Amino acid sequence: MNPMLRTIAFAGFTIVSAVAAPKAYDFKDPKGVNAIQFTLDSVLEPIVGTASAVEGKVTFDPADVAASQGRIEVASASLKVPNDKMTEHLLGADWIDAGKHEDISFEFTKLESVKSIGDGKWSALAAGKFTLKGVSKEVLVPVTLSHLEGAYGKRVNKPELGGDLLVVRGVFTLLRSDFGIQPGKNEDKVAPAIQLTFALVGGAPKA
Amino acid sequence: MPSAPESTPSADSPLPPEKTIAAWRILLRGAGAFLMLYIFCVWAAKGYHQGWSQNQVPVKQVDPITEIEFVTYEKRFVPGLDYLVGGLIAGTVIFSATFLGRRGPKTGRT
Repeated sequence: MNPMLRTIAFAGFTIVSAVAAPKAYDFKDPKGVNAIQFTLDSVLEPIVGTASAVEGKVTFDPADVAASQGRIEVASASLKVPNDKMTEHLLGADWIDAGKHEDISFEFTKLESVKSIGDGKWSALAAGKFTLKGVSKEVLVPVTLSHLEGAYGKRVNKPELGGDLLVVRGVFTLLRSDFGIQPGKNEDKVAPAIQLTFALVGGAPKA
Repeated sequence: MPSAPESTPSADSPLPPEKTIAAWRILLRGAGAFLMLYIFCVWAAKGYHQGWSQNQVPVKQVDPITEIEFVTYEKRFVPGLDYLVGGLIAGTVIFSATFLGRRGPKTGRT
């Protein structure tokens, strides 16, 4: 092959690879918006709280959404409900045991049943391993993904930075007994099911 | 606390004695009633919250770019039903305590 042609072909391949390559989105949000909300039905009213110390990375390529993968972690100690005494109980050894199990994590390796639901929006099932209180279970989490191209810089008030945002939303339910949280106990006071609702944003600044 | 001597009929008195209440009973009764009223008023004034008491109140906000709804916490106390019921029970106990150990009027000798 002509060396000139080879150089052009190589440059072209490099550019195409760079554009098409999946980007890594960092979910440690500089604006502190990321949180996972948990809801447990209870005697007087549902106990609703948040876990706010979210970190993690997801690789995502809008051209191949199914190949997305990543890991999201939440610091157990960041779990909070509006009542301080309840928060203390929640973080204690009988419930989350935040002192011993510092993180709650979800690691997924692929997205299944990916469907486009709009411009830059997809619904899918994230298949992966959810770990809580040291117990890991395979789960399928229904998610919707929104790819906001060029919105990273705008969001941090530096439009010149460029970059993209990836917003992941979802709701799923776990049984606390599956993760060794008071199995079979106090079910008349606090429901056995925990509903987790999340809306997380990850940023990928322009390289 | 020893009870104050209550008026007893005199042996020579021809009329039955008038019922009187010891001062500490009146004070405690008032304190119990005041506590119940106070607790109810605080609970009502702070929004009639019918759930658990809150030390931090969640406030919903929306991120304008991503439209993510997120929660921040405001440090303030909102009394709930546990506060109301606890206060009413405490008031009732104080109020009821004034009826304990109360002697009935003694009848005069015949």
